Amino acid sequence: MYEFLRTLDRRWIFLLMLIAVTVPTVAGWQFPEKVSRNTQRAFDEIEKLQPGDRVLFSFDFDPASAGELSPMATSLTYHAARRGAKLYFMSLWPVGPQLVRETVAKVIKPEFPEYRYGEDYVDLGYKSGYEAVIKVIVTDFRKLYLTDAAGSGIDTIPMMKDVRSVQDMDLVISISAGYAGAKEWVQYAKTAYPDTFSMVAGCTGVQAPPLLPYVPQQLPGLIAAIKGAAEYEKLLNAKYDLLAKPAFVEGTRRMGSQLVAHVLMVLLIVVGNIVYFIGRRRGVTS
Amino acid sequence: MSPPNAGQNSGQNSRLIWIALLVAAVAFLVYRAAFTTPGMSRIYVVDQPVTVSGTLPDGTAQEFSWTVEDEVPLRAFVESQRAIAAGTAAGGAGSPRLSMSRTIGTWFSAFLTLAIFSFLWRDNPLYKLAEAIFIGVSAAYWMVIGFWSVLVPNLIGKLAPATARATVIPGLDEAAEPKFIFLVPLLLGVMLLWRLAPRGQWISRWPLALFIGVFAGLRLVQFFEADFLNQIASGIQPLVAVASEQTISYGESFANIIGVVGTLCCLTYFFFSFEHKGVLGSASRVGIWVLMITFGAMFGYTVMGRIVLLVARIEFLLNDWLWMIDPASNRVVS
Repeated sequence: MYEFLRTLDRRWIFLLMLIAVTVPTVAGWQFPEKVSRNTQRAFDEIEKLQPGDRVLFSFDFDPASAGELSPMATSLTYHAARRGAKLYFMSLWPVGPQLVRETVAKVIKPEFPEYRYGEDYVDLGYKSGYEAVIKVIVTDFRKLYLTDAAGSGIDTIPMMKDVRSVQDMDLVISISAGYAGAKEWVQYAKTAYPDTFSMVAGCTGVQAPPLLPYVPQQLPGLIAAIKGAAEYEKLLNAKYDLLAKPAFVEGTRRMGSQLVAHVLMVLLIVVGNIVYFIGRRRGVTS
Repeated sequence: MSPPNAGQNSGQNSRLIWIALLVAAVAFLVYRAAFTTPGMSRIYVVDQPVTVSGTLPDGTAQEFSWTVEDEVPLRAFVESQRAIAAGTAAGGAGSPRLSMSRTIGTWFSAFLTLAIFSFLWRDNPLYKLAEAIFIGVSAAYWMVIGFWSVLVPNLIGKLAPATARATVIPGLDEAAEPKFIFLVPLLLGVMLLWRLAPRGQWISRWPLALFIGVFAGLRLVQFFEADFLNQIASGIQPLVAVASEQTISYGESFANIIGVVGTLCCLTYFFFSFEHKGVLGSASRVGIWVLMITFGAMFGYTVMGRIVLLVARIEFLLNDWLWMIDPASNRVVS
C-alpha cells in the first residue's frame, strides 16, 4: 500500500478532483451557509441605501475570474437596484465592460424593466490607467470620461448631470480580481475621502487576505471569494425571497462542489503526510 | 520474458484506444448536436438598439443608431417561435434568433478549454495551440482596446474635439475646445516609442523616468496614508472590549489580544538589530507561527479560488456546451 501511494501517478489525483467537482455540479448539491461578519457588514451597507442614492460599481475583473466573482456581481447589482439606487458602472480592466453588459442583461433587464438607461443606470465603460483613473475621477469625472461606453456625451446623460466626481456617490462597490481593484479603491478613494461615501468590496480568494486588514475602518464591508458570494445570496434570499430564481443561487451552487473538493484536498494532505513520514522513517529520500 | 517488440505493440494499442475514444466522442457530439431536440450548444440572441445623439461637421444634430446582441435563453426563443406561429407576434427584427457566430464561438471555447485541460495528461500540441491563441488574442485585444479607449478619447478627443466629433465620437460635447496641454503626453508617447528607432534610444528613458517618478510618488503617499498610518490606527485596539456598561465582550477582547500580540510578535521577527534570544527569541518564534497561520489561510483562500474556477469551467462544459445540466432553468420550456 505504501509503495502504491508513494509511486501513485499524479494524474489519478487530477481524475479524483474532476470527479469531486463534477458529481456535486451534476447532482446540484447545496449546503447551508453560515454568514460571516464581513459579509453581513457589506449587506448592511447596501441596506442603508435610499431610493435615488448613487452607487458606483467598478467591475475590476475579467472572464478568468468571472466564475468566482460573477455570482456576487449579480447579487450586489440586484440588491442595489432593489433598494432603488441609481447605478453607475465602470471598469479598470479592459474586459470588464463585457461583464457589465452580461450583468445588466442578467439582472437589470429581466428583474427591473422599469429601469431606464441614462436615467437609472449608465455604463461608463473601461478606462486605462489603473489607480491613476481613480486618482483623477475622485475629484473630476469629466477629465477622463467624455462619453459613456456607447459614445453618448457625458453631459447628455441625465443621471450624470449632477455628478462631478466619485465624492458625489453614496456608495462605491469594487468587484475585484487583483490590480487595479479594491485595494487601489481603498488607497486612492476611500482613505483619501473617508467621510464622503461608503465602500464595499467583493474579491477573489487570492485577494482576500491583503484586503482583510482594511475592514472595517477603511472598508466597511468585504465579500470574500465564492464563500462570501454564497453567504450574500443567503442574506439576499432571506430578505427578498429569491429562492425561486436560480440566477441568485449561483454562488451557493458552486459551494457544493467546493465542499467535496476541500474534503478531498484535506484527505490528500493527510495521506501525503502519512506517506512522507513513513518514508522518512524507512529512510526513503525521494 | 516479453518479446522484443512488446513495448512498441503496447504503444500502438494505446494510440488505437485513444483514437477510438476520440472518434466515439466526436460521433456522440455530432449526434447530440444535429439529431436530438433541442440539441446542444446553441446560442440565441435578440437585437437591442443603441442610439447616440451627435452632430455632423456642419453642425446639424443627428442620431446614430446600431444594434448590439443580447443573449437570451432557449426558453425565450421557443416562446417567441410559438407566438409567431400562433400569430400573436410579428417576428423579424427584435425577436430572438439563432446566432451562428456565438454558437461556433461556444464550440471553439469548449475546444480550447479541453485543449488546456489536456496538459494535465501531458504536454501536447493542442495545449500549445490553445496557449498561443490565448497570448495572441490577448495582445491584439489590449492593443485595440488601448487605441479606442485611450488614444481616441484621451488624445484625439482632447486635441481635436471637432475632428473626433465628426469621425469617431459623435456624442462628444459640442462646447469642447482643443486642449493643447495634451501635446505633452503626445510628445512623451513619441519619445517612448523612440526606443524602436535605430539610433537615439536614450530618448525613451526620459518619459520612462517621468512615469516611474510620478507613480512612485503617488504610491508612496497613498501607501503611507492607507497602509501605514491607518493600519497603525486600526492595530490599536482595547485589550478589554466592553460590550455595554456592565458586560465585557470576551470574544472581542480575545480577538483584540490575538491581533495586538500577533502584530507585535510578527514585527519582532523582522527586527534584525539584535540576536533572537530570550524574550526577543520567544516573541519572534510566536511571530513565525502567526506568519505560518497567515500563509495557511492565504493558501486556503487560493485553493478555494482555484477550485471555483474549475467548477465554472465544468459548468460551462456541461451547461453551456453539452446542455447536460440546466441549473438556471434556461431551457425549461412549458
